[in-house]
Amino acid sequence: MMTSTATRATRPPATAKPRRNLARIIAIETKFEFLKLFRLPIYSVAVLAFPLMFYLVFGSLYGGFEAQGMSTAKYMVATFGAAGVLSAAMFAFGVGVASERGQGWMRLKRVSPMPPLAYFASKIGMSLLFGVLVVVIVTLAGVITQGVRFEFLEWLRLLGTLLLGVFPFAALGLLIGFLFGPNSAPMVLNLVYMPMAFASGLWMPITILPQSIQNIAQYLPTYHYAQLALGAIGAQPLASPATHYLVLAGFTVVFLSLAVWAYWRDEGKTYG
Amino acid sequence: MTNHVLERRGSDAAPPPTTKDASRPSAAPTAQAATQAATQAAAQPTTQAATPVVAELSGVTKRFGDVTALDDVDLQVRSGEVLAILGPNGSGKTTAVSLLLGLMRPTTGTATLFGSHPTDMAAKVRVGAVLQISGVPATLTVREHLASFSVYYPNPLPVDEVIAMTSLTEVANRQYGKLSGGQKQRLHFAIAMIGNPDLLFLDEPTTGLDVESRRSFWLQVRQFLAGGRTVVLTTHYLEEADALADRIVLLDHGRVLAEGTPASIKARTAGRRIRAVTRLDDATLKALPGVVRLERIGAAAELLSTAAEDTVRSLLIRDENLSDLEVTGVGLEDAFLSYTRNNHTNGASA
Repeated sequence: MMTSTATRATRPPATAKPRRNLARIIAIETKFEFLKLFRLPIYSVAVLAFPLMFYLVFGSLYGGFEAQGMSTAKYMVATFGAAGVLSAAMFAFGVGVASERGQGWMRLKRVSPMPPLAYFASKIGMSLLFGVLVVVIVTLAGVITQGVRFEFLEWLRLLGTLLLGVFPFAALGLLIGFLFGPNSAPMVLNLVYMPMAFASGLWMPITILPQSIQNIAQYLPTYHYAQLALGAIGAQPLASPATHYLVLAGFTVVFLSLAVWAYWRDEGKTYG
Repeated sequence: MTNHVLERRGSDAAPPPTTKDASRPSAAPTAQAATQAATQAAAQPTTQAATPVVAELSGVTKRFGDVTALDDVDLQVRSGEVLAILGPNGSGKTTAVSLLLGLMRPTTGTATLFGSHPTDMAAKVRVGAVLQISGVPATLTVREHLASFSVYYPNPLPVDEVIAMTSLTEVANRQYGKLSGGQKQRLHFAIAMIGNPDLLFLDEPTTGLDVESRRSFWLQVRQFLAGGRTVVLTTHYLEEADALADRIVLLDHGRVLAEGTPASIKARTAGRRIRAVTRLDDATLKALPGVVRLERIGAAAELLSTAAEDTVRSLLIRDENLSDLEVTGVGLEDAFLSYTRNNHTNGASA
């Protein structure tokens, strides 16, 4: 029973197969992260189907108007694309972190030699994948139902700008995921996401919203995010892109710092 | 408290401990065995000095606000042993494991794992853990979960081998959310094993499992041990510590109460439990030779005695009508009770 470790003949020496490789770990982690959420209807349906549904409804209602110098049908491809990408990132991080923390799954990951970077990188990677999917879906909806036209480079610019939004909203999701438990986090995320998306002109063009809401929008990261996406497809700017970038970067830093604080605050919660 | 852990009393018929290796199956110590175990316990420091320490807490105190979870604890895990950290809920077991695993930092003192800081990758790749978790993501399959963990380790076991070893072959492609409770627990164990660890932490691994699942889990742990690995087990099931451990550390209110082999822990408490229906009053019973504790259970009196033969002889002489005499060995649960009781009494009077 208590024989020496020498009996473990099946075990190769530690240096025999240096298979550990950060890029490979992140790639595999991202794949499983994607599968995990894709198979979860509450996530995949909410992130992929809702922007499509909203686009179809709002597009048919308001598609024929103009906003910031372009057809609202095209305008809303950018804004519902933004709504999709930001919910992909916010919910992947928010719900993911809250439930994995609540289950104790995160402790298991922290005990394992998983590079901490892999945990976050895989969620970012997954959000980017979902982001691409949702932008493609909303674009197709615009092209097919509203006859919206994009030049290819213009569309790539839109996609690239929209995907940048993964970072600030992943940080916001992370913060909520560390602050709230697995049961309350989805509700909190919705309470933050929905009013913010509406007030920033993601559902209806900002220019047709009441002035009071437009004033509030200036203080919301989603507004600046949407304006950057609209700028990418040639909408008349309401402020300089540099302002939008700066504000978004500022929000990202604030969200991340708060998330780190919330993470440390969480450390001593479970003992016994 | 009166859970099924108590049921194994009376079946303590295994041979007395002779060597540390053979002492795993628990036994009610006979007087000889007790002496033997005590001698052995005394001899331990020299025999164990040669065994390398793989994990260690030294002078560790951990506070959470006003709560002191661990109070100046020294604890060593030696290569190849099964160490059980035994204590009631809230005694600091999980905190001790969390510190050794680098999940928290000690308030004072140091925690080391394979000679390094517990968060060093070099140490982490040699460790596996079954933690108290309520679950893993529900939408990944058994195989996917193992595959995702296996990439973290330089020399993982083959996924299929671990699946077979934990009897999960039939459900290998089933999502975690659709597994039974026992299968889920086996997957948690499989995840701990996938990296082919030298040191395995089991933090209350069988809490909430039925007796059947618990026993089959122990069987798996024993198979794992056949590879000469080291195990740290926390449990509040005395039966579990008794069944698996070479060495037990009793923890209560964040302090180490006692430490030794299951046999030596038992030997340090009074040796025998004597139960009988007698007309003798409490004062007389307590005055009998060897008696250290008296309890009334229904019509019967239950005595804890360090000199069972003398106690029984006196009992029989003083009460000719004595009936239902029963003499049994003392289990770990008694040892534990007496340790914690003493501790609390001291604390209250101090």
